Amino acid sequence: MTVGVGAPFVLSQGANPAIIGALAMTAGYCGTLLTPMAANFNIVPAAILEMKDEYGVIKTQIPVALTMFVIHIIVALLLAF
Amino acid sequence: MLKLIGILIVVIGFILKLDTIAVVVVAGVVTGLVGGLSFNEILTVLGDSFVTNRYMSVFLITLPVIAILENNGLKERAVNLIGNVKAATTGKILAIYMAIRTVASALSLRLGGHVQFIRPLINPMAVGAAEAKYEEVDEEEEERIKGLSAAVENYGNFYGQNVFIASGGVLLIVGTLQELGYNVTPLDVSKGALPIAIIAVIVVSFQFFIFDGRIKSKRNLK
Repeated sequence: MTVGVGAPFVLSQGANPAIIGALAMTAGYCGTLLTPMAANFNIVPAAILEMKDEYGVIKTQIPVALTMFVIHIIVALLLAF
Repeated sequence: MLKLIGILIVVIGFILKLDTIAVVVVAGVVTGLVGGLSFNEILTVLGDSFVTNRYMSVFLITLPVIAILENNGLKERAVNLIGNVKAATTGKILAIYMAIRTVASALSLRLGGHVQFIRPLINPMAVGAAEAKYEEVDEEEEERIKGLSAAVENYGNFYGQNVFIASGGVLLIVGTLQELGYNVTPLDVSKGALPIAIIAVIVVSFQFFIFDGRIKSKRNLK
């Protein structure tokens, strides 16, 4: 992602690469909170806690993931340029 | 085409479940030889790559320290910290755990994880706090609390881990950026990850306190 998108589109505009790198990683984690593909974090805990809804953890995480994502964009604009 | 024989060696080696490092090194050496490098040049390339990338193994130093801490009751200490909260509500407990978990992540300390910490400790404490305050917690609320208990482990883990200088994520970022020609140090990247970690603790705590508010108002309306 960094090589294909980050560097040519963002870093080339003069952004601070360390900050963008760190923010890109945690922004990616916002997505990880939402996907059943991250089974170890989202599906397994629902099973271990014997939740009725197998997607219960994901649904709980939606508001925070989306909020954090927006915050990431703001922080990137403020700190990286 | 013969130059791609290294790929063939890797594939066969993995299929036959031979020792991974041996397979990869042999593949590298053979590729070098087939590509016309002298053995000396091959060793030089291997050595240069090792030196440029060896910061990846920095995390190994942290393992003994972590082991000592874990052996000496790190988990129990965390539980104690949370248990000592006065007038505990579910939200408070989870918010405190979020802070603890994020700090632990930033220091690369393992408290347990979903199976060993959330299920046996955090979830019961969170549910227990609600039951202590409201006497009865219905199924829907219990499911919600379970969701929040699992979520807090993920939040603390994800947003805190890149504050640790030798975390896999940080080293990966440094490596990728350096390959692109940007000279960044792990310290720079960790500093970049710090604001998000702090913001995460605040945002997540909001989610917990909103939940507290909801169960409270649900009770008041009854």
